[in-house]
Amino acid sequence: MPMQLTQQQQAVLDGSQGEVMAKVMKTLVMYGETFGASRMVPVTSQQGHLVTSFGLSMMKPVYELMDQLIEGGALSQQKFTMDPRPLDPAVPSNFLQNLVFRVMYSKQADYEAQLQKLGLVSKDAFTCTCYMPEVGNEPQKGEILSWAESSAVVYANSVLGARCNRNSGIIELFGSIAGCVPEFGLLTDEGRKATWVVEVRTSQKPEAQVLGSAIGMKVLEDVPYIRGLDQWLGTELNDEAKAYLKDMGAATASNGAVGLYHVANLTPEACELGEALITENAQTYVIDDAELARVKASYPCIWKDANAAPKLCFVGCPHLSLAQLEQWTDQVQEGLKAGGRTRVAVPTVFTAAPAVAEAFRSTPRAKVLAEMGIVLSSICPLMYMNNPLCGKMPVITNSNKLRTYSTARYYTDSEILAFLTKGGQHA
Amino acid sequence: MKTFQGRVVVPGTAKAQALVTHSGFNTLASYQKSLMFGDKTGKCSDQNNPDLYKKPMAGTALCLPQTIGSTTGGMVLFTAASMGRQPACLLFSKPIDSLAAAGAILAGVWSEHPMPTVDSLGDEFLQAVRTGDTVTVGENGVVTVE
Repeated sequence: MPMQLTQQQQAVLDGSQGEVMAKVMKTLVMYGETFGASRMVPVTSQQGHLVTSFGLSMMKPVYELMDQLIEGGALSQQKFTMDPRPLDPAVPSNFLQNLVFRVMYSKQADYEAQLQKLGLVSKDAFTCTCYMPEVGNEPQKGEILSWAESSAVVYANSVLGARCNRNSGIIELFGSIAGCVPEFGLLTDEGRKATWVVEVRTSQKPEAQVLGSAIGMKVLEDVPYIRGLDQWLGTELNDEAKAYLKDMGAATASNGAVGLYHVANLTPEACELGEALITENAQTYVIDDAELARVKASYPCIWKDANAAPKLCFVGCPHLSLAQLEQWTDQVQEGLKAGGRTRVAVPTVFTAAPAVAEAFRSTPRAKVLAEMGIVLSSICPLMYMNNPLCGKMPVITNSNKLRTYSTARYYTDSEILAFLTKGGQHA
Repeated sequence: MKTFQGRVVVPGTAKAQALVTHSGFNTLASYQKSLMFGDKTGKCSDQNNPDLYKKPMAGTALCLPQTIGSTTGGMVLFTAASMGRQPACLLFSKPIDSLAAAGAILAGVWSEHPMPTVDSLGDEFLQAVRTGDTVTVGENGVVTVE
């Protein structure tokens, strides 16, 4: 059924603001009609968030489209933040790898110039965790967003209670340009109801990244209502719980396509509406220790030599919170001290948003981190791993998202800690 | 020969050899390497997808339940289409997801290489079609497998 547009929206579609704006509106209308949307709703968040942050030389069609938008005056009506940059000279790389980086991301400067014209909020607004308080793009409950970045969308929906569909790159920019998005899916009360009940019955606090992976692989794009996790996380949405949900959510969204989850007695809508959020014929998925072990064992290892010693470690995909940075620093320091070491056994990069990294650098722990040989960066680890010469290296990570999109090998937090503080092969 | 009725998302006709995945299609992971390194056949680089890994995707009738993964997915499909490395058509057994829809629509509105897209073909479609089968897509959402 055709969408009912306002007079102003119809005029834009008919070309009142030029051909490019008409195509932007046409795209949004087709997108909405595909999902049965009957109308557009205004984007109410202060800022947008865009996923395509990298100036890959092969993305010529995207740059041409951006030029069309700029020339056609189709600029964003709201400022926006971006996913992380793909490059940081502080992150270890050799001469040849740097050469490849320069060729691969040769359009980075040109692309960032385009983004500034379109509405980039600042030159340091590059992070996948734009919702961190230090960054400032933190939507309120009930606000309508036009965001992309799967980990940010699932966090905004689930932990903050904002409303956003799993928009694709480019579509999210179109919503910010038009100032409206089609109303369907996770923007509606009905679309936010759970069609899965996940029962967490583990003997200890489940690893966030494996739990999220298991849920994502099972429910794909459906909405799960998670019972039993509050016994491990508590019922207060504090910094620790938020960091856990950030990492779990990123895994649900990359190993599956989850855009929203509810955690009983913890996330805002679950606290407000309880089990009324569960649909009548919801399916059930029980997660116990054996199921988590099965899921973790299913990850393929595509290193050329499965027993190779790790050459690099990434912690922070999605970017770490300030509290996580502090916790990791303390844990590594304690582990090294216990083993009589002073520096990590594997070259290591911790990643966090520029504003979070800046806040951390003003604390005494920054010196401790540097002395242990750990680099603090705001790079996107995935973009680093896209370099084929980097992809050939045995890289380890505690990120299930990075594992999914690269050759990096996943290990739990405690396994990573053992690698860093004891060296050798500890899996 | 079997026929299946679906819903037209992006109109058009196509005839191509089927490439079938029974698990979710991770668009970024699948296209990452071929787009980056100029592989015109669009070999699938998703190591987590045994149905498709290392198989060429360009010009195929891509048969899938839905797409999963990063929200760059639609942008990636649009880029593949603009570079002429897109599947000949996208055939979904389930209702299409928002990322795939974005990619198919962006390709249709903003590129010279639209991908006819049909969804809601049913689970029986994915059970029937095999990689290598000849698939024909009609304007009305009828998909023939032979």
